[in-house]
Amino acid sequence: MGRLPKWNEMQEGFITKTLSESINKTGTWRTFKPIIDYSRCTKCGWCVIYCPEPCISFESSGDGKVVIDYDFCKGCGICAEECPIKCIDMVMEE
Amino acid sequence: MQKVEPFLLSGNLAIAYAIKQLNVDVVSAYPITPQTTIIEKISEYVARGELKANFMLVESEHSAISACLSAAASGARVFTSSSSQGLLLMHEILFITSALRLPVVMAIANRAVSAPINIWNDHGDIMPQRDTGWIQFFVESAQEAYDKVIQAYRIAEDHQVRLPVMVNMDGIVLSHTYEPVYPLRDSEVASFSPWNLSLKRLDPDNSLTIGGFCYPDYYFETRYQSSKALEDSIPIISKVDKEFGKLSGRSYGLISPFKCNDADTILVSMGSISTTIRATVKKLREKGEKVGMVSLRLFRPFPLNELIKSIKNAKAIGIIDKALSPGAVAGPLFTDVTSALYLSKMSIPTVNFFAGLGGRDVKIEDIESMFTNLKKIPKAGKIKKHSYYVGLRG
Repeated sequence: MGRLPKWNEMQEGFITKTLSESINKTGTWRTFKPIIDYSRCTKCGWCVIYCPEPCISFESSGDGKVVIDYDFCKGCGICAEECPIKCIDMVMEE
Repeated sequence: MQKVEPFLLSGNLAIAYAIKQLNVDVVSAYPITPQTTIIEKISEYVARGELKANFMLVESEHSAISACLSAAASGARVFTSSSSQGLLLMHEILFITSALRLPVVMAIANRAVSAPINIWNDHGDIMPQRDTGWIQFFVESAQEAYDKVIQAYRIAEDHQVRLPVMVNMDGIVLSHTYEPVYPLRDSEVASFSPWNLSLKRLDPDNSLTIGGFCYPDYYFETRYQSSKALEDSIPIISKVDKEFGKLSGRSYGLISPFKCNDADTILVSMGSISTTIRATVKKLREKGEKVGMVSLRLFRPFPLNELIKSIKNAKAIGIIDKALSPGAVAGPLFTDVTSALYLSKMSIPTVNFFAGLGGRDVKIEDIESMFTNLKKIPKAGKIKKHSYYVGLRG
């Protein structure tokens, strides 16, 4: 990590750039990683609705499967908890 | 140039008139005695179309200052006003306004805080706001309130300052007392405090995160920025006051010392009580007593150097606090003045006078008794008591 900016090199009032949330990747916070078992997933979309981030979506191309954006998934496990057929596993990050 | 005729205005109406001339864009406030007539008058100006501002009605002072903060963040010139409990309710947002460097201007008709409920003047409402990072002025007249509000926008919007400004005016005593006020012409106000908000921030097409979350590795630097800006604003405040003097003939200074050069005893105070002290000093000087006084026009940033310069030759100094700071070493103004003396390596005896709480009248005789008290100190070589509660029964 490089040198942190001095007080007079920083934007005053800690005003951050546009959409800083897309730059600050919160995926590094994760301890458990949700893994979808696509052989069982019915694409019901329950996880898409429940994900608080939200970082689960239907893929716009291909067969429209449910995908997790691991750059932002914090590993809260709500998707795994709410999945009606329990096809999401929470796996310890390596 | 044609001479401007004075208007007969109360402190509140003088401020409202200044706001009209300053072409403020957004006004949001909640009525509270003794500040109410400021916003009543402003809402009248808006209703008549004399001021093209958005007057936002809100449900509380917390919302009023929040609305002003947000409007300022989008690049508007804003005004709000409060007193006592209302100011206390704003407390949380005051820190945010200064840290975000938003040039909000607020007039405060200083009033005692509950309990018990009391609508009269003291500084109990403003002292808890001392550390909120705002520039804080105290005025002595309706004329000064008018002048200071005009200066306030120029200072707040100065590119180097960009901090919120409070203009403190003693409630009832100044807010509701009518006196001749010499206004500036609209064109003079417009050229002295031109709408100067080049920094448009909140913008749907160019979004920013303002007031977001901050980790320990950035917080300290961010808070230091606004603290440093406040410290560095002194020369700009002085410059604006001097320029205002050139325009209007009225310049106030950061402090106004009176008969201090050869004074043995000096009283330090803020606000309308200073006028009584000045009258007392004149009276005692006629009797040959070497007394003087200093009125602080600027409270934050604290004008340390200017104050020390004027009190350094005194043999005893009395500091008047119109607010209690229960459990503290002494009153808030006393603590500042004695710290300033200590840092300047001066050990002049100081006494703290608490007076005028909840609108209790402080008369010339009371001030005389303070001077009499101070006068005994150099001769006795010691201080009998550090704090006196002037006029307290019992």
